[in-house]
Amino acid sequence: MAIVSRGFRGRRVADPRLPPGQYLERGFPVLSAGPTPRADLASWTFSITAQGTTRASWTWAELQALPAEDIVKDIHCVTKWTKLDSVWRGVSLDTLLDAVEIAPEEQFALAHCDGGYTTNVPLADLRGGQAWIAYGYDGAPLRPEHGGPARLLIPHLYFWKSAKWVRRIDLGTTDTQGFWEQLGYHAYGDPWKEQRYWGD
Amino acid sequence: MTEAPDEVADLVPDEVPHALPWRVATLVHRRQETPTAATLELDVPGWRGALAGQHVDVRLTAEDGYSAQRSYSLASPASMGLPVAGAGTPRIALTVQVVDDGEVSPYLTDDLGIGDQIELRGPIGSWFVWHATDPRPVQLVAGGSGLVPLMSIARTHAACGSSAPLRLLVSVRSPQDALYSEELDLLAPGVQVTRVWTRSGPPAWSGPVGRIDADLLRATCLPPDQSPRVYVCGPTAFVEAVADALVDLGHDPELIRTERFGPTGT
Repeated sequence: MAIVSRGFRGRRVADPRLPPGQYLERGFPVLSAGPTPRADLASWTFSITAQGTTRASWTWAELQALPAEDIVKDIHCVTKWTKLDSVWRGVSLDTLLDAVEIAPEEQFALAHCDGGYTTNVPLADLRGGQAWIAYGYDGAPLRPEHGGPARLLIPHLYFWKSAKWVRRIDLGTTDTQGFWEQLGYHAYGDPWKEQRYWGD
Repeated sequence: MTEAPDEVADLVPDEVPHALPWRVATLVHRRQETPTAATLELDVPGWRGALAGQHVDVRLTAEDGYSAQRSYSLASPASMGLPVAGAGTPRIALTVQVVDDGEVSPYLTDDLGIGDQIELRGPIGSWFVWHATDPRPVQLVAGGSGLVPLMSIARTHAACGSSAPLRLLVSVRSPQDALYSEELDLLAPGVQVTRVWTRSGPPAWSGPVGRIDADLLRATCLPPDQSPRVYVCGPTAFVEAVADALVDLGHDPELIRTERFGPTGT
């Protein structure tokens, strides 16, 4: 039972696309734990690994050559802002995952990024047209502070799961917690269930 | 146990996951820091304590059930709010900078009265934190209201008598926008505090006015060969520029921790 804050009225933007506890943001705030890494596209690769072996790897040019999609999605940051209709371009994880053999018991993914960031997500959430490797934003190359050259885009989960500067997805048989997930943030992060922190 | 509780041990974060329930907080004191920022001291029964640098989520609820949430950094030192015998109800301090056209911040700084209640939960953020037992040199770099969590670190450093070298570089628009001015003066000589005015300095100020650049970082910050842990907090453009320049100067990216807020980017 929430207590009432005397005299508070609020702005009351009642948009059904706003998950609980979120507010509408028109800019695109930047959140990261450290300096923005510098990527060299000549040596850049994106890989899918499992059990200590590389199952598939793409150079920057090879990734660009894969079928790309324009993606329009609402994104929800755990710090409370929601941005509606953000416009991305990238390659579906379905396309990338279809290129590798995956054992039935390998149901968990851990994304690894330049700068050391990690985040975990069930493999099922990377499939079915729900996730992309995005390299374009708003009609331009994705800027470094927003995760360029390429980031994960998993818009149905809180945005920390959409890992910036992603380089590798490691598949495993157990759910290994990522960076923020070890530091008190929710293991799954469904914004519609307001799964922000441990125990939510 | 007859000994006093080990304060440092109390500051170790929880080892196991735990839920963060909403707690009722009562305003007991408000101090106007600048024309657009105020520090709120709140009594929070059940508060578990926090590390220096952490923040809380605040929730306001209107009479008809409409609610809004925002995050605010703790300004109080890490030990503040710990359940120490005889200290009564745990108390925390938040410094709130009013956001133009903000929904929550103007209510907190202008409308919330002494004795009024809000809800909050935390502490949140176990990365942008300083541990009082860490002997490594510490460099703090603040832009505007990004000083708030860094002040929590400086206050904790002072409160626990840490011998870790500490320097603070503060970028602020003008003296009327400066937070905690008198308290910063009191940190010297143990802590080297450097102020940079981006628009105008105080009367009779003969020093430079402008933004922090690589030369200033080199001249005023702990050098890379001392391997300081660096905390940078402020608006996105400020944090990007400072963190980039620090890496260029030779600081290990793994020792640089950033937190960004204030005006949003595009």
